[in-house]
Amino acid sequence: MIQFDRITKRYPPDITALADISAEIAAGELVTITGHSGAGKSTLLRLIPAIERPTGGALLVNGQNVGGLRRSALPWLRRHIGLVFQDQKLLFDRSALDNVLLPLEIAGFPLKEAKRRAAAALDKVGLGQRARALPIALSGGEQQRLAIARAVAHRPALLLADEPTAYLDAETARAVADIFIEFHRVGVTVLAATYDASLFPGARQLRLDHGRLAP
Amino acid sequence: MNYWLTAHGNACRLALRRLAAAPLNTLLSVLGIGIALALPAAVYLMLAHAGTLAQGRPATPQLTVFLAIDADRKAAQAVAAKLKAEPAVAGTELLAREETLARMKASGGLADAIGVLPKNPFPDAIVVTPADDAPAALEQLAATVRQWRDVEHVQVDADWARRLAALVRLAKTGMLLLAVLLGIGLLAIVFNTIRLQALTRRDEVEVSRLLGATDGFIRRPFLWHGTLLGLAGGLIAWLIVAAAILWLRLPVAELASLYGVDFMPALPGPRETAAMLGAAALLGWLGAALSIGQHLRHME
Repeated sequence: MIQFDRITKRYPPDITALADISAEIAAGELVTITGHSGAGKSTLLRLIPAIERPTGGALLVNGQNVGGLRRSALPWLRRHIGLVFQDQKLLFDRSALDNVLLPLEIAGFPLKEAKRRAAAALDKVGLGQRARALPIALSGGEQQRLAIARAVAHRPALLLADEPTAYLDAETARAVADIFIEFHRVGVTVLAATYDASLFPGARQLRLDHGRLAP
Repeated sequence: MNYWLTAHGNACRLALRRLAAAPLNTLLSVLGIGIALALPAAVYLMLAHAGTLAQGRPATPQLTVFLAIDADRKAAQAVAAKLKAEPAVAGTELLAREETLARMKASGGLADAIGVLPKNPFPDAIVVTPADDAPAALEQLAATVRQWRDVEHVQVDADWARRLAALVRLAKTGMLLLAVLLGIGLLAIVFNTIRLQALTRRDEVEVSRLLGATDGFIRRPFLWHGTLLGLAGGLIAWLIVAAAILWLRLPVAELASLYGVDFMPALPGPRETAAMLGAAALLGWLGAALSIGQHLRHME
């Protein structure tokens, strides 16, 4: 599903974030990316939906070279990916339900169907009763679960999560990680950057060290 | 098609929510747009009516020869016959004083004043169609007829219609300039409103892009926002113009009747209303398109 072929990412003037990364992730796999802070975990994840472009090598997603995609093609790539950000990127002036509706509206679902799917996604992460709440009224763990619901509402085949359990207490982190494991069990490919790989038992681990893949 | 309709339905709903979320800002913007549009719209309607009046009057010049008040009908007929014999005259029409009195009584406004006069104040008059309508020939003919016995006054009738037509042309040019300037003003109001909206919703735009939104999807609610602002402004402009017409129609009609013109300003018709609202919505859409387009380019 995802193929990193000698991927390099450099920032000016002379900072190498990723160097010579080669790896493959098969459909339906659960993979964690681990490493110390600044190892390049987030950068590697951001290359997949082309939030950033590699400066060298080739990155194939479903056989398509993401590095060479035109800007106008990016929306269609991103609609097949569920993204959970470290800072969640929730819209604080919209209710939980409206946050989850956004990717469904973008994907063009009729409002009735979109609302049904959004409600189902909120139920799935245990926020069915908080649909009308604004994100500000939710706890940190609930906000993270809301971000997951938004990422999976349109049922993507690939779920990317950047430190989804950061800033959460141990119990909440375990509950959030379990949600990803559940999605993996139903066939979703999950790729999570995390500081604590033990939260994802059974996951294949890619370890980064100073931008390089550790053996 | 279904996707397109759904997307526009969602965008329109979102734009309405945003407008309702900041009622004071919305009201001020709509009032600004409405007032900016009302002025050229009112001038346009006034000129359309004035143009109609000018068109209703003879464009080819005519002379009206007023006889002395004490001249009898025989004298009038003699002057008419003498005029017919003039090579510079193409035709004549004798207007009897009784006929003029009846017409003035029927035209309203002056009926009461005329009714209290002890006798008919109007003289007999002859309307002359000249053979040559060149200004010099007209003046020559008028000067000749003024010398005749029993002739009190000679008036060149086409003058006021020509002046009115010239004034209407000048005012139309002025109105066009005004409409362009105020249209630019409207664009500026919408541009700025949408720019502020886009700045406020920078996070939303960024998140939408990350979730796979096209620029078209992001633009849509902003375009609806601008269009709805323009439309609401157009509606306000219509109300202002209609209120002004309702307020002024009687005084204007009275003034017109003093000049012997039967004229009552009318409310904008369906075509004028549609044009006003359509132009306002289009300008709102254009202002929003320019603003959000520039904003998205800056966000690249």
